[in-house]
Amino acid sequence: MAKVPVQFTLNGSEKAEFIDSGTTLLNALRDKIGDTSPKGGCHQGTCGACSVIVDGELRLSCLTLAETCNGASITTTSGLADGGVLHTLQRAFLDTFATQCGFCSPGMIIAAKVLLDHTPNPSREEVVEALSGNICRCTGYEPIIQAVLTAARSNSQNAA
Amino acid sequence: MELRKNYFADVRKDDLHEIGQPRARLDSPGHVTGKTAYFADRNFPGMLHLKMVRSPHHHARIRSIDTSDAEKHPGVLKILTARDVPHNVYTILILIQVGPEDETVLADGKVRWKGEAVVAVLAETERAAQEAAAKVKVDYEVLPAVLDMEEALKPGAPIVNEYHGQNYYLYDSGECRKVRFGDVEAGFAGADHILEQSYQSSPIEHAPTETTGCVVVPEPNDRFTCYTNTQAMFFTLDNSSIILQMPGSKLHFVGGTVGGGFGGKVDVIVEPIAILGAKLTGRPVSFIYSREEEMQISSPRAAEKVIIKDGVMKDGRIVARKVTGYTDAGAYSRHSPYGAQKGAAHYPGPYTIPNVWIDTYCVYTNRTPSSAMRGFGVTIGDFALEVQMDKLARLIGMDPLEFRFINAYRDGDMKAHRQPTEGAALIECMQEASRAANWPVAEKYMAMSSYAKGA
Amino acid sequence: MALALQTFATVKDANAALKIEGTRYLGGGTLVVRAANEGDVSVFSLVRSIDPALSTIEVGDAKVRIGASVTMAAITRHPDLGALAKAARAVGGPAIRNMATVGGNLFAPAPYGDFAVALLALDASVDTGKGELPLETFLAGRDETRALVTSVSFTPPKTDSLRFLKVSRVKPKGVSVLSIAAVLEQAADGTIGSARIALGCLADRPMRAVAAEKALIGRSLTRDGIAAALAAASEGTSPITDPIASAWYRAEVLPVHLGRLLLS
Repeated sequence: MAKVPVQFTLNGSEKAEFIDSGTTLLNALRDKIGDTSPKGGCHQGTCGACSVIVDGELRLSCLTLAETCNGASITTTSGLADGGVLHTLQRAFLDTFATQCGFCSPGMIIAAKVLLDHTPNPSREEVVEALSGNICRCTGYEPIIQAVLTAARSNSQNAA
Repeated sequence: MELRKNYFADVRKDDLHEIGQPRARLDSPGHVTGKTAYFADRNFPGMLHLKMVRSPHHHARIRSIDTSDAEKHPGVLKILTARDVPHNVYTILILIQVGPEDETVLADGKVRWKGEAVVAVLAETERAAQEAAAKVKVDYEVLPAVLDMEEALKPGAPIVNEYHGQNYYLYDSGECRKVRFGDVEAGFAGADHILEQSYQSSPIEHAPTETTGCVVVPEPNDRFTCYTNTQAMFFTLDNSSIILQMPGSKLHFVGGTVGGGFGGKVDVIVEPIAILGAKLTGRPVSFIYSREEEMQISSPRAAEKVIIKDGVMKDGRIVARKVTGYTDAGAYSRHSPYGAQKGAAHYPGPYTIPNVWIDTYCVYTNRTPSSAMRGFGVTIGDFALEVQMDKLARLIGMDPLEFRFINAYRDGDMKAHRQPTEGAALIECMQEASRAANWPVAEKYMAMSSYAKGA
Repeated sequence: MALALQTFATVKDANAALKIEGTRYLGGGTLVVRAANEGDVSVFSLVRSIDPALSTIEVGDAKVRIGASVTMAAITRHPDLGALAKAARAVGGPAIRNMATVGGNLFAPAPYGDFAVALLALDASVDTGKGELPLETFLAGRDETRALVTSVSFTPPKTDSLRFLKVSRVKPKGVSVLSIAAVLEQAADGTIGSARIALGCLADRPMRAVAAEKALIGRSLTRDGIAAALAAASEGTSPITDPIASAWYRAEVLPVHLGRLLLS
């Protein structure tokens, strides 16, 4: 079995591993690097639980081969908190009761972060569109949408 | 929406400090930071992956199983068939004396539904396990299948499950669960109108975001630690103990946060075979359903058919109700005999009816075994009952909410199962619903109470 | 055999590697990695090319050329491809659109492949390095194709002449019940001079609704004018049955949605 080197930045720190060629980014992150915040819900590109940010773009780590991410900068939910201080989105998900079983939460937060990075004051429709690739089977969509809108408001208040 | 709080003012307390107050969830900080540990977030050195070879047929005899090519496949550690399982025929409700044991951990001589587990493959990687599974050769003689409950109950239908001997569960009450109250035929004879309707549903899959699975680690002290997302921890431990013929003290089950269950993770399907794999290889074993397995293999909510016959008076009183319910268990019992029984207990609905007759059947077909899901046994029944209530109201030209006030059970009413009603609140609930939904009803209904029949 | 990825700088080298049995081209991964994840062990080698030409978009007055590796997201962002943005946005959610490629969409089995439906209505052609093939011809033989698609090209549609509709049960992101794309050219009096209508999910791959196209010629876009086209819409279709909808349902609702698209 051919081992290939992968090297990328994960949440600001350099990572280098030898992995089996053909390993998905999801499996590399979870099994090799030990970041289990992206979840494997479907491995089909349908549920969004594995969402990560690769060079500023939202990606599904279950359908991305790790070796195609060499040199990339990758962000996952486990890297969002600054020391002990939660990211605005994490705080908002906590405060608006936007988690239930929690399995979709890391992916939801990552998808929401990409939205707010590009669109700091999104409309409700833009939030719904941005989260449309992420499934919450506890069906807690309304509090999740409210959490993202709350985070956006809180960001703009802090900026003002 | 602000709801009024003046109902039951004499028995309720309004100085509560916790109830009604938002409190931070203890698990949320883990969820939002990605630190909550789900069973699959654990990775152990040398962990093997288990993949299942499954039946492509609804009903077939197994002539032979050839695992020789699969065993030679690079990365394969162990191939398991029925003869490797110490107590291969089980049923989960045996713990509460609901038998007979009717299901195989790995198919032995026969498969009874499309997707049934036949051979388990343990390999170093998921890919190697998948490749080896494709090399397992099973020779089937396809048998006639029965996929419909009415067909299954006809004389001469193919027998789905020989452990039962007939295509329905035999309760101590006979071929079905029965409720008999008053004289239902006399009730029909005296009714102004009779309405008989049939309702049916399809199986429903829970589709949790996290699929069913477990990770098993053999420990140095001869115990096995099983990290699982079961929703039925001790149930799973005890059934695993029976299947593996291993004292419970050898099994250490670790649960935790479940990534969505909805009743779909209570069937003791993955743990026993994964523990067996760990025992026979001495290596940690991971057995996690693919999304396709979660959708096609894990138990759904049962398909149901409900036939309701009601006798109703022009003044709105229901005087007789006869219900026949059918629950499609699929090929094996799992929780369905209990589900069908719950239906019998539930079918009169929250209404006081003097003459009631209920039969509920748990039927075996060559379909995916059904089991628990949020209110199983009553949810489909509620749909049927409440649609029936609307139809009855329309039949006699009455407002559907007022019709329900007339029939609502109140404290002291005798229910069809001969339990007197206590603590009823349906009247008050409907009164508040009437206000909140702006669906006015006559003042006499707003003056009713669950306590006093005269009011 | 374990899965392995080979990366090539040029299309030529990738094409040579693709000839080997059990090899498939890796675009955005939304089809081939998914298949591998689901236990398809028939593929053990993935090949990709990082040739920058595969990711370019050229918009000319007479011709638009889109490289096969261009993503749906890149199309939605491109200032000169507004006509195609709706079809590109119909593919998946935001993450899928960052990954799914134009080339890959040509191979997506129904109920996927909504973007290819729009390309078919545009009468696009496909370049596989051996000259250009009409998309319809390419789609018919796609299962046997062993050569890498490098680009698709088409004559840019007149403003607003490409109409696109995806019908799904879940919004904003849902799998297709069906999708329809139409390019209509109208004479000064409003009658239809030419029509190309493409359908998704009405067969295992995108198809043209030839009978409906013919029935529109010389007619106007009114309820009466399109009646014959709607009646002929299902001709030659063999809709798929999947968990989203049955073949019967898809055939039943096709004229309804085609009518809405034509009258919109």
